[in-house]
Amino acid sequence: MNDLQHALGALAPDLSPGATTIVGLRRLSGGASQETWAFETDSGAPLILRRKPPGVTGSGNAVPLATEAALINAAAARGAPVPRVLAICAPDSDVGEAYVMSRVEGETLGKRIARDPPFAEVRKGLARRCGEVLAAIHDVPTEGLPPLAVSSAATELEKYEAVYRQMDARRPIFEAAFRFLKDRAPTLERPVLVHGDFRNGNLMVHPDTGLAAVLDWELAHLGDPAEDLGWLCTSSWRFGGSKPVGGFGDHEDLLAGYQAAGGAPIALERVLYWQMLGSLKWGCMCLTMYASYASGADASVERAMIGRRTSETEIDLVALLEAAA
Amino acid sequence: MISHPTAGELIDSVIRFIEERAAPNLKDRDAFHARVAVNALAAVRREIEAGATAEADQIARLGALLETDGDWESLNTLLCERIRDGAISPTDQALLAHLHASIIDQVRIDQPGYAGLKTLEAR
Repeated sequence: MNDLQHALGALAPDLSPGATTIVGLRRLSGGASQETWAFETDSGAPLILRRKPPGVTGSGNAVPLATEAALINAAAARGAPVPRVLAICAPDSDVGEAYVMSRVEGETLGKRIARDPPFAEVRKGLARRCGEVLAAIHDVPTEGLPPLAVSSAATELEKYEAVYRQMDARRPIFEAAFRFLKDRAPTLERPVLVHGDFRNGNLMVHPDTGLAAVLDWELAHLGDPAEDLGWLCTSSWRFGGSKPVGGFGDHEDLLAGYQAAGGAPIALERVLYWQMLGSLKWGCMCLTMYASYASGADASVERAMIGRRTSETEIDLVALLEAAA
Repeated sequence: MISHPTAGELIDSVIRFIEERAAPNLKDRDAFHARVAVNALAAVRREIEAGATAEADQIARLGALLETDGDWESLNTLLCERIRDGAISPTDQALLAHLHASIIDQVRIDQPGYAGLKTLEAR
């Protein structure tokens, strides 16, 4: 931490005019693949550092941090609300692979955003605003972006079916969902920049001004624009809220905002398709997390119990299959 | 079967111990895990109460749906195969009726507070 304090201190003049060092460095979250730190410059600028922990090699689907930073800049250029990237640090720098961004005021806890009274006013326009912001992200020109994976519904299904088969779990609802979705997989006509994790919980929302920043770009890729809309509507991210879009809004408002901001029209049916794929994907992830308990890699009660959340995704899948039948 | 105490009473006593004595002395990650531990024990308690009936009901439905007899594991495996190879359509009404009843029973055990449970129960 002392080394990091020094390394960031040396960057201070680039981070804020008149700054000479940094203060108040503290770790915010303990993600396995990514560290998040908060600090201020001595001139008072509130900042966030996202850094890859030293010694950790690339994790699964996550893009390099420099790519994340480039995508945030590209989204900002289209008018999407994002933090301002102030410095990008190379893997061999004193800070390590990282970037520094402005600290945006607001709330990210999904439950508060979906249900708490201080957010009642901004909730009314939030689904529409999410539609507008997704249209802006999907409008980012893909030429000139750092290399990104391309994925379609078919390739996503292939990936998660392999994960499920490997688990040797026999879950008829997953079987039905895989069958249903594979038979109806939309073709990927024109891949756009997809955020990949655009959901309640990764959106910074201010009780007065609404959507303040779109965070967590590490799963960004090129793909079907409806993927982002469907993931935002996936039941697992409603946090007890009663409405389909993130627990806070309606499909119609999301789609209206998307189209009003210039997004190519997306049929509700296609959003529901990706919503179902989202539940299936999260269900497979719950099984994967349980598998780390079963293998002994993480013997915590939390890893064991998360396997019992798979059934939440299954009940959502049954509801969607019934609606589609 | 065994009483004085029953398994349910034992679980309740452990839940109370964690909530009233242990958890107040824990913080951060340990405090969070204590809450998860209580949820896990509560799920086990519900499974002891309702699991056997839910399994018997599933076996009866599976037998009718697949027109064959067997234990839960072999019937459930057969159902998975039939869906996978296309013999039973994922939108087949009889299949959905089985999945509907089974998943309601399971979520009542696993996560009875989950919002999606009310959605399906209302249908």
